[in-house]
Amino acid sequence: MNVSSVKGSMSISSSTSTWKAGDTISDQFPAGLRVLVVDDDPTCLMILEKMLTACLYKVTKCNRAETALSKLRENKNGYDIVLSDVHMPDMDGFKLLEHIGLEMDLPVIMMSADDGKQVVMKGVTHGACDYLIKPVRIEALKNIWQHVVRKRKNEWKEFEQSGSVEEGDRQPKQSDDADYSSSANEGNWKGSKRRKDEEEETDERDDTSTLKKPRVVWSVELHQQFVAAVNQLGIDTVPKKILELMNVPGLTRENVASHLQKYRLYLRRLSGVSQHQSNLSTIISAQDPTFGSLSSLSGLDLQTLAATGQLPAQSLARLQAAGLGRATAKSGIPITLVDQRNIFSFENPKLRFGEGQQQHMTNKQQVNLLHGIPTTMEAKQLVSLRHAAQSVGNMNMQVPPPGPQSSQNNPLLMQMGQQQQQQQSRGQILVDSTINHAPRLSSMGQPILSNGMATNVSSRNGIPENIRAPGYSQTPSMLNFPMNHASELPGNCFPLGSTPGVSNLTSKGAFQEDVNSEIKGSGGFMPSYDVFNDLNQHKPQSWELQNVGIAFDSSQHSNSLQGNLDLTQSALGQQGFSSGQMNGHNRSAAVASKAVFSTGDVKELRSAQNVNQHLNNLLVDNTIRVKSERVCDTSPANIFPDHFGQDDLMSALLKQQESVASSENEFDFDGYSMNNIPV
Amino acid sequence: MESKHVHQQIAAMRQSFFDEEVLDEFFSQLEQLEDQNNPNFVEEVFTMYFRDSTTLLETVEQAMKTISITFAKMDKILHQLKGSSASVGAKKVLNEINKTRQVLEKGNLEGTKAGIWEMRKEYESLKAKLEPYFQLKQANSVPQEK
Repeated sequence: MNVSSVKGSMSISSSTSTWKAGDTISDQFPAGLRVLVVDDDPTCLMILEKMLTACLYKVTKCNRAETALSKLRENKNGYDIVLSDVHMPDMDGFKLLEHIGLEMDLPVIMMSADDGKQVVMKGVTHGACDYLIKPVRIEALKNIWQHVVRKRKNEWKEFEQSGSVEEGDRQPKQSDDADYSSSANEGNWKGSKRRKDEEEETDERDDTSTLKKPRVVWSVELHQQFVAAVNQLGIDTVPKKILELMNVPGLTRENVASHLQKYRLYLRRLSGVSQHQSNLSTIISAQDPTFGSLSSLSGLDLQTLAATGQLPAQSLARLQAAGLGRATAKSGIPITLVDQRNIFSFENPKLRFGEGQQQHMTNKQQVNLLHGIPTTMEAKQLVSLRHAAQSVGNMNMQVPPPGPQSSQNNPLLMQMGQQQQQQQSRGQILVDSTINHAPRLSSMGQPILSNGMATNVSSRNGIPENIRAPGYSQTPSMLNFPMNHASELPGNCFPLGSTPGVSNLTSKGAFQEDVNSEIKGSGGFMPSYDVFNDLNQHKPQSWELQNVGIAFDSSQHSNSLQGNLDLTQSALGQQGFSSGQMNGHNRSAAVASKAVFSTGDVKELRSAQNVNQHLNNLLVDNTIRVKSERVCDTSPANIFPDHFGQDDLMSALLKQQESVASSENEFDFDGYSMNNIPV
Repeated sequence: MESKHVHQQIAAMRQSFFDEEVLDEFFSQLEQLEDQNNPNFVEEVFTMYFRDSTTLLETVEQAMKTISITFAKMDKILHQLKGSSASVGAKKVLNEINKTRQVLEKGNLEGTKAGIWEMRKEYESLKAKLEPYFQLKQANSVPQEK
């Protein structure tokens, strides 16, 4: 039965008022706490709802994880805390947990009749605030508000310390004011902020006063700087040095410290899954269409990847450039992406904005890098890609249909992977990761890329979590991440990004070819696209992916191979997904057009295929998944072989794909556990 | 008085559930959630519980008949049953489920079958006991002391 808030939604939406009072820590507290409870067992759901109501909370119930996610996305600041069951049919509770952490940064409490240590540990590592054993006692529920307060308090502190103390004083109030949840919800806040204040990203550092929340938004640009600094200093450096190196006014050591922590988790996660995947994912995630600013992501991802030793510095640069190039492309894309993204509903509005911003950011320089390139590929690529997409598609395809995201991704990915294995593997993984996350989260595009670069992306989606996402790349669920990354990656991953046309996964076809080769570094998304196209068959899942992919594409057109690959992949993944065409494309695309994919192709492909939307979603998902999966197999080194030349990348990707393909299937989001670790 | 008598009867029935350990303290928790606005909350919950767990139980039984059943799948279903049974306070049923799960973990197929049979028994017994209780209660819905 679908109880999604049928009955009880006690007004979750109306929650706005209850809590917002800036100083919500009033007597009323915790009455009115807006709780979202997710459990597939209707009996338990009913009981919980009743109990929570008895605690004077405002309850919304869902019996499906996806419903919950969409509710959360629709109303990011509409909830204060989420209670979720661990075992659910459509999505694993942990995956949901990660998604929420990345996208909305809300405190999540897990529940289960299972009290085994491992499960509880898993909850903790995935970032759950608490773990309740069923049957849940009402007394236990009475205390859940403490997690909300704690989280907000931590965020506050972070803000305060970030150089805007004076603001901090009034900020807390403001933030509470703006959205109670926003304070607690980094992601949301950022996202909305991004939307609202374009300049925010640029100004965030300088102008904290405008920020309602004293939280530093890790924009793509900022993240890139961060990653660059980290790369220069080494991952074991101290925040102080990074801060000095970055030399960003308004940024505090605390900001950097927490960001670094997340970043490290992300990297760890990446390496856990297998460097390849993360790399790919990052790349792909960068492409996250949702981000629009994929290009930026790619750059970031690349950096991340580079940081992880996967990507050679130059590749990163390339990707970043590509990403940047994409940025420009993004502008074109944003529009398309936006549309697509909307499908995702996740961050889309934000992304759009973010993208816009991103574009600014990335545009600055290389914006046109890929611009030119992709075009060439476009026409032919599209065609060839389509066919070639298979390979790429495999990777990307893996992105499981948006539907059951996690589980599905794999199959799709698998499919894609098979075909495109080579190319796609890389892109796919990225895409997959992104897609996995994304499809549902719509962040798809990003996730993939972001995974690797996850950290980068954070700024994009406003979800710093992205950084953590890197780990995700491994697990498809990280798709969300890509979204964030998308912004960051753009530079890196999507060389393709720049081409506006690319944004559409359609270009996927073209991409695919490029992707294959590109995936490695340049087109990034190409493979993904292909995959996605091929995936069309799988379409059922989520055309949203397409959007994502597309987003990637546009942004990603920057030539950086790596970026491209990722982006493309994601983009492709998304798009390609739906049509499987991508597969063919991916391959060819990857190879051929390093830049081609980028935006230009993507767009073309997309439109042509129309898959974009679906594909994107799919691709993103799938791609990401695939990628992650693929990556795993191939040993990190493969993904981004030293010779990160585009061609090399492609081949590496291809190889990986093949290898990965086998392993991918299993990619589940287990990879990420670290994402939501409250920092 | 009649109604008084009926109420006493209802109360006695209820007490017997606890005495026999058919129900545990979680059932009391549910009762606490009942109020003027939801006088039949507990019954509603149990209706839902019975409906879903009937299906689950049947699935499990069916599964046992198939040769290619996977333990993982079985465990999943049992886990679900466990969760809801625990939440409603169905103690005996819960115990049987736990026992069966343990046996299942060891890979003992026959033992699992027997366990499921026991589960079914307890389940039916619970149902048989609670249904008249609820009927009676609803028919004489006067705030009772709990």
